[in-house]
Amino acid sequence: MLNISDIMQTVNMIDHQHLDIRTITLGISLYDCADPDIRTCARKIHDKVCTKAAHLVETGEVIEREYGIPIINKRISVTPIAQVAASCSGDDYAVIGHALDSAAKECGVNFIGGFSALVHKGFTEGDRKLIASIPETLSTTELVCSSVNVATTKAGINMDAVAMMGRIIKDTAELTADRDGLGCAKLVVFANAVEDNPFMAGAFHGSGEPECVVNVGVSGPGVVWRALQDVRGASFDVLAETVKRTAFRITRMGQVVANAASERLGVPFGIVDLSLAPTPAQGDSVARILEAMGLEVCGTHGTTAALALLNDAVKKGGVMASGHVGGLSGAFIPVSEDEGMISAVKSGALSLEKLEAMTCVCSVGLDMIAIPGDTSSDTISAIIADEAAIGVINNKTTAVRIIPAPGKNVGDNVEFGGLLGSAPVMRVNSAGSGEFIERGGRIPAPIHSLRN
Amino acid sequence: MKAIMTVTAQDRVGIIAGVCSLLADMGVNILDLNQTVMEGIFTMTLLVDTSTSSRSFDDIRAALIASGERDNLSIHIQRADIFEAMHRV
Repeated sequence: MLNISDIMQTVNMIDHQHLDIRTITLGISLYDCADPDIRTCARKIHDKVCTKAAHLVETGEVIEREYGIPIINKRISVTPIAQVAASCSGDDYAVIGHALDSAAKECGVNFIGGFSALVHKGFTEGDRKLIASIPETLSTTELVCSSVNVATTKAGINMDAVAMMGRIIKDTAELTADRDGLGCAKLVVFANAVEDNPFMAGAFHGSGEPECVVNVGVSGPGVVWRALQDVRGASFDVLAETVKRTAFRITRMGQVVANAASERLGVPFGIVDLSLAPTPAQGDSVARILEAMGLEVCGTHGTTAALALLNDAVKKGGVMASGHVGGLSGAFIPVSEDEGMISAVKSGALSLEKLEAMTCVCSVGLDMIAIPGDTSSDTISAIIADEAAIGVINNKTTAVRIIPAPGKNVGDNVEFGGLLGSAPVMRVNSAGSGEFIERGGRIPAPIHSLRN
Repeated sequence: MKAIMTVTAQDRVGIIAGVCSLLADMGVNILDLNQTVMEGIFTMTLLVDTSTSSRSFDDIRAALIASGERDNLSIHIQRADIFEAMHRV
């Protein structure tokens, strides 16, 4: 048998250090739901999702009990709706959003992702209709998540889409003004979006994916933080090794659960996303890991280097623990969902500019950040353009999930509740970017996109 | 199904006897057992086979947790594969 200390270490990780499976996400292809009539299309989508995901939640709960590991979320991702609905005659895709919402509720999942369009090189008619339907859809549904990919390293940056998404984010915030702009918390603008991401709000089931697939996202910032307490003052070599070993264990657990879910659901296993995803709970923070490396507050000088080490060591430790690694895989730095990040912003040590720098070396982008409600759509588009440029040039995924909270100013607080947490409203640069955004067109792909 | 059980509590007489007789009553076979007392805390890990029992895993788990609550023991039972995956390359 294994020795007592190994066994107790695992039990303590689960009981006291918030080790959990963050999400089991079932990816479902909806290509066969296309129909010229939008209402028929919506009905087909509803029925297919309900059939394929009928046992998802129940299976997740059985695995949870048998393995003694909390599985926080059971979710669904679907084919980008802009592609499924392209042949529909109607203009208003919110009908399909409502079908997704009601299917998600029937299945008992807590989010469904894929109200999405991929427009990095240009728009189809379906893409335009979908993007125009985002504000209404997000304001009239509860569980639907939306994402739009506006740039790739191969195609460059679609600046028309960037400009459009600034306006869509503003409209979404206005339509959900009674909930502090909550709709924007379910909307991600991507560069280099991945097809198998199990995490929300950016999950969708990509066009290269099979009919149905199980992807699993693990989480364990608290476990990494605890491990670093034992190596205070040690060199970076020791630090990196400690993170790697811990990431290995976390990811192995994810792989075991992924195999079990795949077998019991009769659906092929896709990937384990070996991300460190924080929650607003005490002891489940990525910011606190960076501080445990020796920084007084997350956001001070040295934070980018600390995050780079963490992100890399998580990948190196995790990659050997799983048969297939995918998704976003790395450290997440959402502000509202991380107790340490919130505290760092409130103390003045963590600014939007520093967060942008941090996104150059971690797995996502500017995530769950509240900004003043009177921020112009041009400025939001310019923030998206900066993030997209970082993603395109560095050949990595970046994203913007930003909330211009209506009626709120710097220093106010925005409450989203649950896993989405709360966010202090952050300062944005007040100088304009309007003329830059108005140019339109595409920023060409970088030279290193020509690798063939 | 092979599962790992852990039992922790303030040390006192009869913990092993109580837990093991409950397992015996349910027909759960003990394959291996380790026990130590660390700073006054009784810690025991058991490798058990639940397939010898006529009761479901959920039933066994619920009975163990209920008895733990009654007798002031912290009891966990989890499939063994998870521990092997996490601690063996």
